[in-house]
Amino acid sequence: MSVVLSFHEVWVEYGDKIVLEKVSLGVEEGAFVSIVGPSGAGKSTFLRLALGQEAPSRGSIRLDGAPLRAEPGPDRGVVFQRYSVFPHMSALQNVVFGLECERAPVLGRMFGAAHRKAREEAAAMLQHVGLGDALDVYPRELSGGMQQRLAIAQALIKRPRILLLDEPFGALDPGVRLDMHELITELWREHGLTILMVTHDIKEAFKLGTRVLAFDKRRRDPQAPHRYGSTTVYDFPLDEKKSRTVPDELRGMAAA
Amino acid sequence: MHRLLNLRPRGGSRFILGFLPLAAVILVYLTASGARHAENPSDRILPTPAAMAEAVQVMAFQKDPRTEEIPLVADTKASLARLGAGIGLATVVTLVLGLGIGLLPIVRSGLGPLVAAISVVPPIAVLPILFIVFGLGETAKIVLIFVGVTPVMVRDLAGHVAAIPEEQLVKAQTLGASTWMVALRVALPQALPRLIESLRLSLCPAWVYLISAEAIASDVGLGYRIFLVRRYLAMDVILPYVVWISLLAVVMDLGLAALSRAAFPWAHPRRTA
Repeated sequence: MSVVLSFHEVWVEYGDKIVLEKVSLGVEEGAFVSIVGPSGAGKSTFLRLALGQEAPSRGSIRLDGAPLRAEPGPDRGVVFQRYSVFPHMSALQNVVFGLECERAPVLGRMFGAAHRKAREEAAAMLQHVGLGDALDVYPRELSGGMQQRLAIAQALIKRPRILLLDEPFGALDPGVRLDMHELITELWREHGLTILMVTHDIKEAFKLGTRVLAFDKRRRDPQAPHRYGSTTVYDFPLDEKKSRTVPDELRGMAAA
Repeated sequence: MHRLLNLRPRGGSRFILGFLPLAAVILVYLTASGARHAENPSDRILPTPAAMAEAVQVMAFQKDPRTEEIPLVADTKASLARLGAGIGLATVVTLVLGLGIGLLPIVRSGLGPLVAAISVVPPIAVLPILFIVFGLGETAKIVLIFVGVTPVMVRDLAGHVAAIPEEQLVKAQTLGASTWMVALRVALPQALPRLIESLRLSLCPAWVYLISAEAIASDVGLGYRIFLVRRYLAMDVILPYVVWISLLAVVMDLGLAALSRAAFPWAHPRRTA
């Protein structure tokens, strides 16, 4: 399996506060990587690095071997916990938008046959995530779970190299969350996606992931806690057959 | 018995409650006017409805022999043209600057302080400058309205655009959107309902600037007329003109609200209650 996204000795520092220190890892094609860790352990910073929202202060990040530009781009899809969809577009327009960015970069809109084709593609994608009956509905009329389905469809229409999920199911009811687990697992298998998911829920991490990364500080200085950053303290590869119970050393860690 | 704060008027009683104060004001006026006229039949300060009707007849339905025009129509046309030009210019500039300042950090750093500084200058204080620079014609009046309302509208719109969640902007970029696409398809549509909202709020100051400019230097216009007839204590003309101006303002306000609801249904969720 080839490595899609790789981090090499990456540090993130704000002034003299160190958030991440010496993070080195590679994400293989087709992997579903869950990232857990206590609050403030740099999980979100790590995801921001992968997104390009932030640049590392030291070290390098590569996507398919090429250095990653510190700017979000269409090769990396994202679903945030909230605000991922555009409130002023219907569900269908939300998905068509990704196609318009690519095919109508000047006018911003497509017409005639091209438009019809894009709408069909988008409608098929929405059907796929279970929103086939809500094409013309505005996001505010959708439930939280439906909005996340829409955000996923939006990202998938661009066929990203890697899908980044930032606590995507954190704000959902438990029942809805289970449905979403099913959906994302199905999509991941079907489309052969590579996924990087940050979550607070350690059970979710072990249930969905093929690999679980735990971020935390390796060392602590009680006088100057900000001088040590977090890094990957555990890296569990999981395969289908192995039992997916949470290991003892991680119990309680991600409860925060 | 419910607490006072839980008593909610509904249906007919709500309508009557809203109408009562208005009726009371009219009644007080009629009583006062009647009392004054009982003492002095030629009183001009509180004209009777009949006197006002007569004045309206002259101003709104008869041609002025000198100008060959109906005064109210000529005044309304002139005032609305000035108001429209000033407000229109303000809207276009607000859209461009508001989007730029709200969306692009580089523009915000460059223009933000300037706009903030300009918006604290009282517009009427620059009116003499406008008259000196642009002369006493239409330009100065239009520019006064523009200068008066634009800075506030720009700041409001820029603030609104800047408050679009970061997640949306990042998401758009991961969908392949350029800066242009984000501005055109993400920021602009979300800015428009707010622009209309701020336009509605700006109409009131716009009228103030219009009437001020017309009062000082003009030969036609609603503000010009009421300040002209003030010299003859012609309350029978002033009061109907004030009512007419209020009516125009209300129609514009309701029109803009209806436009926003029709054009941006997503910004106006249906009330369930």
